[in-house]
Amino acid sequence: MATPRSLVRSLQSLRTPSYQSITHIRQSAFSSRSKIRSNSSLLCRSRAGVPLLRPFSTSPRCQHGHIHPPKPGEELYVTFIDKEGKEHKIAVSKGDNLLDIAQAHDLEMEGACGGSCACSTCHVIVTEEDYYEKMPEPEDDENDMLDLAFGLTETSRLGCQVVMTKELDGMKVKLPSMTRNLQASDFGSKS
Amino acid sequence: MASIAKSWLCASCRRKTSVSLAAKSRYSYSTASRHDRPLRMAVVGSGPAGFYTAYRVMSKVPKTKVDMFEALPVPYGLVRFGVAPDHPEVKNCQEKFQEVASSPDFTFIGNVSIGNTGGHFAGCTIPLASVLHHYDAIVFAYGASKDKKLGIPGESGLQGIYSAREFVGWYNGLPEYAGLAPDLTKGDEAVIIGQGNVALDVARMLLENVDVLRKSDITEAAIEALLKSRIKRVHIVGRRGPMQAAFTIKEVRELMKLNRVGFHDIDMSLMPDEISKLPRARRRLMEIMMKGSTANVDEALKSWSLDFCLSPTEFLGRPDRSLESTVFERTLLSSPFDPSSSVASTTEKLTIPSSVAFRSIGYKSVALPGFDEAGISFNDRKGIIDNDGMGRVLQINKDESSGSHLPGVYCAGWVKRGPTGVIASTMEDAFSTGDAIASDWNSAAPFIKGESSSGWEALRAGVEHGKCKVITWEDWQKIDKAEKERGLLAGKEREKFTSTKEMLAAAS
Repeated sequence: MATPRSLVRSLQSLRTPSYQSITHIRQSAFSSRSKIRSNSSLLCRSRAGVPLLRPFSTSPRCQHGHIHPPKPGEELYVTFIDKEGKEHKIAVSKGDNLLDIAQAHDLEMEGACGGSCACSTCHVIVTEEDYYEKMPEPEDDENDMLDLAFGLTETSRLGCQVVMTKELDGMKVKLPSMTRNLQASDFGSKS
Repeated sequence: MASIAKSWLCASCRRKTSVSLAAKSRYSYSTASRHDRPLRMAVVGSGPAGFYTAYRVMSKVPKTKVDMFEALPVPYGLVRFGVAPDHPEVKNCQEKFQEVASSPDFTFIGNVSIGNTGGHFAGCTIPLASVLHHYDAIVFAYGASKDKKLGIPGESGLQGIYSAREFVGWYNGLPEYAGLAPDLTKGDEAVIIGQGNVALDVARMLLENVDVLRKSDITEAAIEALLKSRIKRVHIVGRRGPMQAAFTIKEVRELMKLNRVGFHDIDMSLMPDEISKLPRARRRLMEIMMKGSTANVDEALKSWSLDFCLSPTEFLGRPDRSLESTVFERTLLSSPFDPSSSVASTTEKLTIPSSVAFRSIGYKSVALPGFDEAGISFNDRKGIIDNDGMGRVLQINKDESSGSHLPGVYCAGWVKRGPTGVIASTMEDAFSTGDAIASDWNSAAPFIKGESSSGWEALRAGVEHGKCKVITWEDWQKIDKAEKERGLLAGKEREKFTSTKEMLAAAS
């Protein structure tokens, strides 16, 4: 019997080859960007990916937990694919969660509830099912929030609940494009 | 290979590091638009929609100056006055708002309403036309300040019928409803009409152990009234079925888990046969409703039920004009398992005894005075400002055709898309408005043609006179501090001031 889950999985495997070819092209374009980026490592990056000085926040924000610098030789790697399709491979420590990691590296992940599993703004999509299977099953609370996430997939998780472990080394996660172009039809009567 | 980020410093720490002037000049001009002056933007309303829109635009358009107008002396809108007190984690988004407000390019202007000449706001008023004169752009993010009515006999004449908006505002300390004093001692049955998350919040307040609520930032008046409450049985009534219900799973789960509170079985005839085949979110919601409560109904202290397919037709009162019962008409779903099923009425009646009833059928936005003069098109039927879906406000068009964008005028949040959704949805929605503003500013799109864009500096002289006290962000921080100190004494996070008078006193 084709459950929705297996259906979605089969769709994903169908999509995989073309997806990889796109990222190859993107990566070659990206390599020239990365030079600019390393030159400007002191600058914050705007949400649009354009480097700029944050126009505000005179005091550093403190709502996200600090991440721990990985000890040499003990780095774990996680790659975030942002909304423009760009990859950001980040060396992290065991025990840090994906929301803290993303915020520490100025990736577009909001974490409106401060990582307390009470919203769905840190939704990530694990691109490879193998990695998804290696994670502990989401708790009811997390699933309840995921139910409200835009663009939910069978390998969706909340970034604040995914803690890096050795098993997850090399994982890639995608930040879902949440732009929802509301059309007039969305305003249909709710009753 | 993708680049490997080398710095282990977190972003906020990196921000402290000084940046060379060369690097600064190189990048701060790279995003320069056709304009050589900062974008002056007014935001009307300081809830999540207002703050998230301001945040987005300030991130995307450097040098943007934002003035945020709030009719009350205190910020955060429904995060303060709507989010249930036992959901403190949802209020963590305030940290982001504080970050936005700490910018030198951001000005909070509290106790100042736009175009509001009467009503409950005791603060200052600026006509909309004056505001439009002094800004490049204005964002309406003032939410939904009214609630929908049932329009059935007895609704306005009897005592004991409250709107969920009043009740929620009351337990959250909204000055407008500080004096509501709902009487929960007349009997043991309560009826809540409507099946959205607000209805479930109201039910939770009635069913939850008061000692649990006591530690939250719920008002002392609410604690007292809830302690006296005799309510033992709560009916949450909807016109349609479980497949059409608007509430979300988190809120249902919370009710199911309440200590010594039982859930009456739902009508299984309204459940589809093969629940496992439903889409994930709907499937999980159906499963939790079928599973029921942790506590056994027969042994529980209090109980609740979801009563489906009932449409209220009349409230019946006792001779003393207090509510005695609510009369419903059974409805028939055209296709019970279709989430968008329509509903037809039947002639079968059902009366539920109810000593108190709450109307929770949705909020409604209203137009601000001055919209017509400004050419802003407000849709009374939908209760929203007409917009293009990205938050660009449409002009009033005389010939009924869809209007064009009114330059520089935008909207976000509930006044843009209607009163539904959680904070995450409002954030997305506000971001789309923010993106529209940024993209318009960086393109050749026209903005408001004011005589100048000097913003609050130009307006304040006309506002700050006589008894009108404008609340700055620093003033709010004083109020905030005073509330937290009051809370400390009561053993809770915060004890809110429930009148604007007290708020103003704490700010001075």
